[in-house]
Amino acid sequence: MGRSLKKGPFVNPKLFAKVERMTSDGRKEPIKTWARACTIVPEFVGHTFMVHNGKLHIKVFVTEDMVGHKLGEFAPTRTFRGHGGKGGKK
Amino acid sequence: MPRLMGVDIPNDRATVVSLTYLYGVGPHIARELCHKAGVNPLVKARELHEDEVARLAALLDKDYTVEGQLRRQVSQNITRLRDIACYRGLRHRRGLPVRGQRTRTNARTRKGPKKTVAGKKGVKDLR
Repeated sequence: MGRSLKKGPFVNPKLFAKVERMTSDGRKEPIKTWARACTIVPEFVGHTFMVHNGKLHIKVFVTEDMVGHKLGEFAPTRTFRGHGGKGGKK
Repeated sequence: MPRLMGVDIPNDRATVVSLTYLYGVGPHIARELCHKAGVNPLVKARELHEDEVARLAALLDKDYTVEGQLRRQVSQNITRLRDIACYRGLRHRRGLPVRGQRTRTNARTRKGPKKTVAGKKGVKDLR
């Protein structure tokens, strides 16, 4: 089920403030963040985020197409190394 | 047989039913169309008047996305997801279920026919 429209999209307020600050300063540095659930809003376009995947921060450069998705969608949490191979698992 | 939206030639069944032969038109939209065009939904498609067909075609053209246009839209959406490398896009690339379904069993629609792995538990049981 989708989120109630009344509430609007979830945007991490701290992260949003940081982006705003950087935009007004004209700075463009990767922002380290754990806020995977934060929706990407148009203000984020052009910024780079380092999104935590549980282990590392994955570099995500936000483009216009990504608006409306969540930051976490771009930092996969699982690595699939394939099945089988010689002599099964190693 | 009446022609709608180019190639599609719904057969000699009730209009509501034959309209669903169009890609993007299901029972609900078919009913809606008949209602809006003032066509008796139960009359056989073969017996439709020319102007009735024209009205249906005009409606489809104006207010609905069907057939090639809809197919294009769908594949464009998928391409977009693939290009931005989001989770759903990755699942599409891999040919795995996109909406969080289990893949330990089932998921055969996305994964295709079973690929039996020798030595895996349960192979003996299959024989």
